[in-house]
Amino acid sequence: MGMTMTQKILASHAGLESVKAGQLIEAKLDLVLGNDVTTPVAVKEFAKIGVDKVFDKEKVAIVPDHFTPNKDIKSAEHCKMVREFAHEKEIKNYFEVGQMGIEHCLLPEKGLVVAGDAVIGADSHTCTYGALGAFSTGVGSTDMAVGMARGVAWFKVPGALKFVLKNKPAKWVSGKDIILHIIGMIGVDGALYKSMEFTGDGIRYLTMDDRFTIANMAIEAGGKNGIFPVDEKTLEYIKEHSAKEPVVYEADEDAEYDAVYEIDLSALRPTVAFPHLPENTKTIDEAKGLDIDQVVIGSCTNGRMEDMRIAASILKGRKINPNIRAIILPGTQKIWLQCVEEGLAKIFVEAGCAFSTPTCGPCLGGHMGILAKGERALSTTNRNFIGRMGHPESEVYLASPAVAAASAITGKITDPDDL
Amino acid sequence: MKACGTVFKYGDNIDTDVIIPARYLNSSDPKDLAAHCMEDAIHSTVNFVENVKPGDIMVAEKNFGCGSSREHAPIAIKASGISCVIAKTFARIFYRNAINIGLPILECDAAAEDIEMGDKVEVDFNTGVITNLTKNKTYQAEPFPEFMQEMMAAGGLVEQTKVKLGLK
Repeated sequence: MGMTMTQKILASHAGLESVKAGQLIEAKLDLVLGNDVTTPVAVKEFAKIGVDKVFDKEKVAIVPDHFTPNKDIKSAEHCKMVREFAHEKEIKNYFEVGQMGIEHCLLPEKGLVVAGDAVIGADSHTCTYGALGAFSTGVGSTDMAVGMARGVAWFKVPGALKFVLKNKPAKWVSGKDIILHIIGMIGVDGALYKSMEFTGDGIRYLTMDDRFTIANMAIEAGGKNGIFPVDEKTLEYIKEHSAKEPVVYEADEDAEYDAVYEIDLSALRPTVAFPHLPENTKTIDEAKGLDIDQVVIGSCTNGRMEDMRIAASILKGRKINPNIRAIILPGTQKIWLQCVEEGLAKIFVEAGCAFSTPTCGPCLGGHMGILAKGERALSTTNRNFIGRMGHPESEVYLASPAVAAASAITGKITDPDDL
Repeated sequence: MKACGTVFKYGDNIDTDVIIPARYLNSSDPKDLAAHCMEDAIHSTVNFVENVKPGDIMVAEKNFGCGSSREHAPIAIKASGISCVIAKTFARIFYRNAINIGLPILECDAAAEDIEMGDKVEVDFNTGVITNLTKNKTYQAEPFPEFMQEMMAAGGLVEQTKVKLGLK
């Protein structure tokens, strides 16, 4: 029996010839990640273990990004605790405000993850790095603590779903529309405990930023990880960003999949997920016309350079609707600076948008754009659960940066083609 | 080991934002988190925080604990006094977090479908037998793999790690 790409990475990190779905293993880790919400709990658990040092100072990354720049005193205390831990343990990859970014935008940019790596992060969107051909998955704080202490984690080897992406995406169809379409098709638990392995000739039309967005939202289908095969684009990205050597794994031809889905990217439409689950998807044709109060463009899902460029291409020379608050959050300091240098920041500000320092902020209802009772946001983020961006009686609609920018201009959910 | 208590019943896809909203994640103190546990379960007919008693049991349908990786969610449930969570399925990060911190959880379709809000339920962790004392019915849950039983018996992942590292 052959192995999936994920199973091969896990087998190699567990020091085994082969593994099969359902097997419980302990695997070595190439990177352990935490943020300002999850690391404080991990620091407390780490202290209980009783070791002095982390397993490898180079292989722990801590990124305070959720409630930073510190939104209140309690958050400031958490960040202080995390900062002191990072300094005391001499953690090399600690990123302070001013150098940080949203963790899943930042780590690939800093070259900390490459193809073939096994990564855990105390953040559910750690699955993002599957875009690079790595196995990466979200865990909790206790796993982070033990990962920091021992450099290993326990895993139940996942089975897999295969998604064969075919043809060139239709106009305005981005990685976000593809993953929303998939979640709409299989549901928020459609990939529960499983890998989502993407393949097919359509992948060559997807930029790395598209792939990061797709892998990022594997968790919204319940997946353990999402993973892409390594091609020239992946290797080029890794070469540009990292000094680490990638290891390329390929799924065996006789690998077993629990299901295979074929998706014609040329037939997809821009897609919007309605409250209160990412699986409640509608095409833009069904969704358009609904009044909104706020637009958010950013997050670990859609805060990358290409997202900024698409939004700017639509906002250029236009003003947003006076009833809309539009908040644009580039994912990292580098992306922020690039927005300034390429003239995108000017376009955003002249259109009437707030242009912010990187933070997860509004995505999880933390700060920087909380919704009041009854308000509606169209957002490029990843979750539209009850109360996710503020009041339990507010609503979040998930969409691509193109749909978000177009909707900011009209004040209603809008097809970019209709502008 | 047994648990016995009154049931708080929920539906499908109870996400971690409902279990503990992010607006309270500026604290990691279990008592603070328990004070806001299930606060955004706005469709529930019973207020959780006002009514929960030590030993009570939570029962939900599919994909319980989906969404964020916040361990604050099982911590809040455990600190509320809940002795066991039963569901048809658990989202995978919640599942491993619960096992890692020693919050007993069980997957059982029949129990999740049949048990209602306010039922008195007893759980035998050794056999996986769930008894509904209100309805006088029993349901059989899948027992945990040995690997996980060992971790839970050790008191969670941190305690097990101490043993592995020779620190205990």
